[in-house]
Amino acid sequence: MKLKSTRDGYGEALLRLGRENPRVVVLTADLGESTRSHWFKKEFPERFFQMGVAEADMVGTAAGLALSGKIPFMGSFGVFVTGRVWDQLRVSVAYNNANVKIGSTHCGITVGEDGATHQAIEDIALMRVLPGFTVIVPADNIQAIKATIAAAKIYGPVYLRLGRASLPVVTKENAEFNIGKAEILKEGKDLTIIACGVMVCQSSEAASILEKEGISVRLINLHTIKPIDEEAIIKAAKETGAILTAEEHQVMGGMGSAVAEVVMENCPVPMKRIGILDRFGQSGKPEELMREYGLTAENIVKEAKNLLKRKTI
Amino acid sequence: MKIKELQRICLEVRRDIIRMLGEAGSGHPGGSLSAAELVVALYFSVMKHRAKEPDWEDRDRFILSKGHCCPLLYAVLARCGYFPVEKLLTLRKLGSPLQGHPHNLEVPGIEASTGSLGQGLSIANGIALAGRLNKKNYRVYCLLGDGETDEGQVWEAVMTSNHYHLDNLCAIVDRNRLQIDGKTADIMQLEPYPEKWRAFGWYVIEIDGNNLAEVLGAYLQAEKIKGKPTVIIARTIKGKGISFMENEVEWHGQAPKKEEVEKALKELGERI
Repeated sequence: MKLKSTRDGYGEALLRLGRENPRVVVLTADLGESTRSHWFKKEFPERFFQMGVAEADMVGTAAGLALSGKIPFMGSFGVFVTGRVWDQLRVSVAYNNANVKIGSTHCGITVGEDGATHQAIEDIALMRVLPGFTVIVPADNIQAIKATIAAAKIYGPVYLRLGRASLPVVTKENAEFNIGKAEILKEGKDLTIIACGVMVCQSSEAASILEKEGISVRLINLHTIKPIDEEAIIKAAKETGAILTAEEHQVMGGMGSAVAEVVMENCPVPMKRIGILDRFGQSGKPEELMREYGLTAENIVKEAKNLLKRKTI
Repeated sequence: MKIKELQRICLEVRRDIIRMLGEAGSGHPGGSLSAAELVVALYFSVMKHRAKEPDWEDRDRFILSKGHCCPLLYAVLARCGYFPVEKLLTLRKLGSPLQGHPHNLEVPGIEASTGSLGQGLSIANGIALAGRLNKKNYRVYCLLGDGETDEGQVWEAVMTSNHYHLDNLCAIVDRNRLQIDGKTADIMQLEPYPEKWRAFGWYVIEIDGNNLAEVLGAYLQAEKIKGKPTVIIARTIKGKGISFMENEVEWHGQAPKKEEVEKALKELGERI
């Protein structure tokens, strides 16, 4: 299986965008290589802005560029380009409805050895409460390319949640990508697993295991957290009667919470959210951390079976 | 425009500010009044702009980083013809485009929403960089409060303007020496202030910011400085023009009551 990271997808898409749209500019705060923005710099040096280790200023500068008709993509680690600059994103970007795109790399615990300070596991929660923001979590490298390109084509602020680790490719090259439209990877009737980011791969594995045991699983890749695909979620709730969510993020306020909000208001069914449970991350190898925090196919299988016992319809 | 005419407009704008704040019952008179000459000179003499075409792409841009002083900017925009002067009295009222802090999606002529201090100069840098990329000759002006420069982001932006040699950018600091909790010198020492800006690579012009001749001269001089950004450190009087507000810290963020409005307007030459 091909292994590539979503940050690579971001960098590759920036190059393509740079070639087709002169309005695209790229900023980074001393993390050009880590965010794969340096590929763009090499080809378009005059449209690349190095901002130094100064994320707050980078956000404002990006807003100013956007207010002048540019389409700025600013890249940094998830922790530095969300919580650290949340007020700048709120006022300079969101309140201005500035057309700024955020390439937020090194999200989740799969950052690995750098540990808690560098593992963004609250960013979905922080970003989805900002009015006007679109929040996208690509599942793999191919989808990251598509999402980055799609982000440039809509007006308004977009948050792209990307990862550092090289991961298996789970989506198809020719699959359509539409912002706000969930990707149904597999139909099923006993329960629905809704996943995003690296957890799509784990969930796909879990679905295969469950199928072998005679449980029919619908698998949804919810790559857009906001605007959320209410239709797909309500349909899944009605047709399968149980929903399990899986994300590499705090369960509080994250993708699972966003799904629960839709389910609760429209078609309440038993739910289970898998994610990080009010803890910080820590140093370790990505796969060790995934096990430590229960972000594995095995845990999804276990929790899916527990969830099925609570099913009422 | 002659200085006499600009002085007349400053007086008019100060009256607008008092009337607006009196009507709103809240807001920030001190810093709105101190910066009147700085902003009036820009809009009525220095900047290229078109009130009837706020998005004209060659316009000079003005960013009010100290967003709480928007009564001043609203009054100036209205007097320029961006929107009817009568609208001014809707300041801070439900449904009014004239929000307590400026919102660019609501008011023609507002370049950027501001109000959370420290963010305007970064936005101004972005606009200046875009101007250079687009080979436009427009200039970017950014007004900051002196207290506002306590914010770390300001100094990040100050470094950026220098790093990118943004000579199409001019920052103005309203150095009225007061901020909400007291004297700037007591709250957070800014001095040696001009030296700080110089050390960060800026060309510094120091003036009496309530003297229109000096203000106009500074803007003219700033345009001629090439290869680096310019900051005008404008010594001003907070609450300028109203005897009981001048240099009084409590007028940072409280509106005048009815009798205070009348007294202030009388001082500003209005017959009541």
